Amino acid sequence: MSARTLPAPGADADAAQRVLAPVLLGLAVLAAWQAAVTLGELPAYLLPGPAAIASEVVAFLPAIGGAALVTGTNALVGLVLGSLAGIGLAVLAARTRAVDALLGPLVAALAVVPIVALAPVLYTMYGASSEVARQLVAALAVLVPVFVNSLRGLRQVRPVHRELMRVLAATPRQVTRAVTIPAAVPFVFTGLRLASSLAVISAIVAEYFGGPRSGIGSFITTAAAGSNYARAWAYVVGGIVVGLVFYVATLSAERAVTRHHAPGTGPS
Amino acid sequence: MSAVAVDVRGVSRVFAGGGVGAVTALDDVDLTVAAGEFVSLIGPSGCGKSTLLRLVADLDAPTSGTIEVFGRSPEQARLAHDYGIAFQQAGLLPWRTVRANVELPLALHGTGKVARRARAEEMLALVGLTDFADHFPDQLSGGMQQRVAIARALAEEPSLLLMDEPFGALDEMTRERLQNELVRICAETRAAVVFVTHSIPEAVFLSDRVVVMSPRPGRIRTVVDVGLGRAAGREDGVREDTAYFAAVTAVREALRGGALVPARGVDVP
Repeated sequence: MSARTLPAPGADADAAQRVLAPVLLGLAVLAAWQAAVTLGELPAYLLPGPAAIASEVVAFLPAIGGAALVTGTNALVGLVLGSLAGIGLAVLAARTRAVDALLGPLVAALAVVPIVALAPVLYTMYGASSEVARQLVAALAVLVPVFVNSLRGLRQVRPVHRELMRVLAATPRQVTRAVTIPAAVPFVFTGLRLASSLAVISAIVAEYFGGPRSGIGSFITTAAAGSNYARAWAYVVGGIVVGLVFYVATLSAERAVTRHHAPGTGPS
Repeated sequence: MSAVAVDVRGVSRVFAGGGVGAVTALDDVDLTVAAGEFVSLIGPSGCGKSTLLRLVADLDAPTSGTIEVFGRSPEQARLAHDYGIAFQQAGLLPWRTVRANVELPLALHGTGKVARRARAEEMLALVGLTDFADHFPDQLSGGMQQRVAIARALAEEPSLLLMDEPFGALDEMTRERLQNELVRICAETRAAVVFVTHSIPEAVFLSDRVVVMSPRPGRIRTVVDVGLGRAAGREDGVREDTAYFAAVTAVREALRGGALVPARGVDVP
C-alpha cells in the first residue's frame, strides 16, 4: 500500500477523539446519575438508577426484543406505505399544476394535525386487536416529510440540464429518466431519513392509546402502571434502539445515494 | 454536405419587457458561417451574442428573419442532431461517470452499447481524459469538466459546434491550454464552430473570423478576418506573432468604437 492511500497521521487520533469524547461524556453522565440515585436515596418512582435499568434490560431481554420487533415492524410498514404514497403524490403534483394546487394546502393541513391523536379513532375502525391502526398512524406521519422533500427534489432540474436535454432532442420520458429522477433522489432520501424517526415515534406513541399489548409503547405503559419503573425504563431503552436502527439505516442509504451529488463542487 | 454551415439573414429578436418596454437584443443581423470555419462572436454584455447562438441552437426563436443550419431550420437541425453544444457551465450530470456523460447523447439517440463505448473512448482520448473515464464529475477540476463537456458535444460527430463562453469560468492558464486543445480538435474533426466569448485574445487565437458586435440594439459592427494560418499548424507560438497582435488590435479598436478596420494583414506601425 502506498503512503498516499493511508490516512493522514492525525486522522486516527481525530477519529478516536470524535468517538471517545461523547462516549466518555455518556459514561460520566451515567456515573453521576447512579451516584445521585444511590447517595441521594431517590425513590424508584422518581428516577431509577442506570444499574437497576440495566438489570431489568438483561432480565427482560427476550420480551423487550419481541416488543421492539412488533413496534419496528409497525414503523417499517408505516414508513414503506407512507413513503410510497408521499412519493406517488409528489410525482403527480410535479407533473400536474392542478394536482399541486389541490394537494399543497391539504398536505399543509395534514402537517399540523397531531396524527397520533387519530389513534383511538383508528382503533375503533380497525378493531382493538389489530396492528393496522398503528401502522396507519406511522404512515400518515411519514407522508408529509416524504411528500414535501420529494416534490422539492422533482423541481431540482438545473436550467443547464433542461437546455441540454432540449438540444439533444430528448423525449419527455428520457428527460424524466436521465435528469428529473436522479436529481430528485437525494431529496427523497433526506425525506426518508426525517420520516424514519417520525415513524418509530408515532408507532410507539400510538400504542399508548390502546390496541393489543404487543409493542414497546404498550409495555412501557403496563410497566409504569404496575409501578415497575426500572422495567418501564428498560422498554424505553428498547424504543431508543429501534429508533437508532431506523435512523442509521436511512442515513446510510442517504449517504450512499448522495455520494456524487455534493453541490458546489466545481462549475459542473 | 452544404458548403454553408450557418446562414443568418435579417434576424431580429425583441424581448417583450415587463413594464420597461421591449428590449431589442438583436437587430437585423446577417451572418454566414462556412462549413469547417471557426467564427467567434465577441462584444460587451448585452450585445446579443449569446442570444444569436441560442437562436442557431433552437433554444429560442427569432422575432423576424430566417436562420438556416445546413440548409434546414434550426428545429430540424436540432432534431437531426446536426450540431453539438457546450455551455459556460459544463452541465455534466453529476450522478453519471465521465464515460456515461460522454455517452449520453448516443444513449438518448439509440446507439448500441458497444458502439457507444467505443465512441466515448475515442472522444475521451481526443480531450486527453482516457484515465478519468470512470471518475465522477465532482472528482474533476473545472477545466477537466469542460473538456468532458466538449467530448460530449463532439460525441455524435457533428459538423457544427456551438460554444457559449465554454472557458469563461476558468483561470487564464487552463483557458490557454484548452484553447490549444480546441484548435487541435477542430483540425481533427473539421467541424464548423460558432464560439461566443468576451475575451479578445481568445477570439483571435481560435478564429478564422471574429464577429464584433455592439449593444442596444445588438448589431454586428464589423467582421475581422484573422488569418493566422491553417488550424493544424497553429500553436502557442502564434500568441507571440505580429499578425496575432495586429488582429488583437483590430478587434480591440472595433470594440472600442468605431471605424471599420481593414482587418486582413493589418500593419502595426
